Amino acid sequence: MTGSSSAGARRRPQRHLPLQIFLGFLVVYFLVPFWWVIVNSSKDAPGLFGGSNTLWFADQVDYFGNIQRLFTYDGGIYGRWILNSTLYAFAGGIGATILAVMAGYGFAKYRFAGRRFSFSILLGALMVPATALVIPTFMMFSGLGLTNTIWAVILPSLLNPFGVYLMHVYARDAVPDEILDAARVDGAGELRTFLQVAFPLMRPAVVTVLLLSAVASWNNYFLPLAMLSDNRLFPVTVGLGLWQGIASANNSGSTSLWSLIILGALVSVIPLVIAFFTLQRHWRGGLSVGGLR
Amino acid sequence: MGHAVLDRPAHPPLPSIDPSEPTMTLLIEESASSTQEKAHKARGKVRLREHLMGWLFVGPFGIVFLAMLIAPLGYALYLSLWQKKLIGGTSFVFLGNYVKAFTDPTFLSGVWFVVRFSLVAIPLQILIALAMALIVDAVTSLFTRFSRLMVFLPYAIPTVIGAVMWGFLYSKSFGPLTDIFGLFGAPAPDFFSKNLIFYGLINVVTWQWAGYYMIILYAALQGIDPSLYEAARMDGAGKWQIALRIKIPLIAPALLLILVFSLIGTLQFFNEPQILRYLAAGTIAPGFTPNMYAYQQAFGLANFNYGSAISFALGGIVFVCVYAFLFFTRKRRSFF
Repeated sequence: MTGSSSAGARRRPQRHLPLQIFLGFLVVYFLVPFWWVIVNSSKDAPGLFGGSNTLWFADQVDYFGNIQRLFTYDGGIYGRWILNSTLYAFAGGIGATILAVMAGYGFAKYRFAGRRFSFSILLGALMVPATALVIPTFMMFSGLGLTNTIWAVILPSLLNPFGVYLMHVYARDAVPDEILDAARVDGAGELRTFLQVAFPLMRPAVVTVLLLSAVASWNNYFLPLAMLSDNRLFPVTVGLGLWQGIASANNSGSTSLWSLIILGALVSVIPLVIAFFTLQRHWRGGLSVGGLR
Repeated sequence: MGHAVLDRPAHPPLPSIDPSEPTMTLLIEESASSTQEKAHKARGKVRLREHLMGWLFVGPFGIVFLAMLIAPLGYALYLSLWQKKLIGGTSFVFLGNYVKAFTDPTFLSGVWFVVRFSLVAIPLQILIALAMALIVDAVTSLFTRFSRLMVFLPYAIPTVIGAVMWGFLYSKSFGPLTDIFGLFGAPAPDFFSKNLIFYGLINVVTWQWAGYYMIILYAALQGIDPSLYEAARMDGAGKWQIALRIKIPLIAPALLLILVFSLIGTLQFFNEPQILRYLAAGTIAPGFTPNMYAYQQAFGLANFNYGSAISFALGGIVFVCVYAFLFFTRKRRSFF
């Protein structure tokens, strides 16, 4: 039996109502926080604290007013945070992906001296907790005068050992040696063979690694929290954390800040959700690699 | 969504998934170490080029690896062996900081907390993820396809924002808990209290990660050759038997992978308690988890030597836990 005909066998419609109802409950659970944020970011401060209906809209829905307040508060610092996050995610994500694709391909397709040794070091590094590196990296960077600059956030996020591992597994399985040899026989150099023959075959894994490392940079909190002291360099995660600290510290005086935090959380999430949904065909293929073997 | 095309992963079936249908590439890969090595010796000069090209491809990552991983680790080790005193300056204390850490009640209670937390949170997350993955894999309907995406959504949310969102939901002043429990005439539970903060955090972490693990398990399930199910059905196996005896054993490597990653992540717990600390004033102390303690020592008290020692000790604990785990499951080979 070949793969194409057996795929049809699984497509047979099956309806398990109890299972689907169970799944439905879980979906509600996973969506409740989003719903709460969507509803409550439409409220102003009195609506937020005085309204009794926390899971439904208040009488007046004021998204535009809130958005305007969000982006003008404190000289438009929120917009800056979003731009910073975007910069860190793109620079860190793209850089880490280029390095991981090259290294994964190198490990998979060249038997060079020291390959086995360096690969086992890499596998050991998968278990090094990333946060254990934050304090010593901070000390190193402060010696070099790099703390409180964008490089303090971008340089450490170039390191993605899991990306290398994923690319290695994928390149080994999805790029046949014969094709590479054929390209070489036809006179293509190593770099051209890599770019024009191997790279297109590795694309699903490349998208996965790119997305995972960009998300890791966007989500990063501990590293920028430690490295940056100038709030104009903060990514949105650290910025919202800062606002939350301020709002909790003086509960009565900063009620207006709470509605900004709620809307800020919602706005900061939108780019990632869009990226995941539009790219889902690509990353889903790549994700299966890491888990299988 | 809704298109049949989107339902299937867009990648070609991977050769290594299905042992019953070895492809040509797989056969060549398996014997690579012996035959390819010989072929290369015959080619002579080509080998030098291969060494060079290999290092050219791996080199750039190697430099970042040395600069951003090996160097900080070495530096942390170095720092952790010294102690700074107000009087007398910095002195070499060798393992003094580690002796201090492992007798420091704050550090030990932090370690005990993350260990306890892992023991509850990880099995819970993986059970939920596995149940969802099995349902989404077995039942093909528009609703399961929709659920798959919705359940994954929290993964796209930064952990900090996730914690902020749940902080709102737990909040007495604008969270819905008071209303919901009010319907039954019961007082709302206070997830920021000392008794319930453990469960409050378990809930945040489960919400954040279960969907991601579900996607990994689902991808692994989709890689199984469906003809196996056909054969099992002919032998009289029911749906539950197929799930328990065929599907779960075949995705064991994926399960192991997510177990290891969740263990590494949970032992380093930092973001969520750090964020909820503002709301749960008094409940979450600065030394609540080992990582928070290291952060407080380094950045709150400018005690970088002791902070580094705590980071390093925590790294050591993670390493030992993961290795012990892999040793007991005896799956090291199939994982790597």
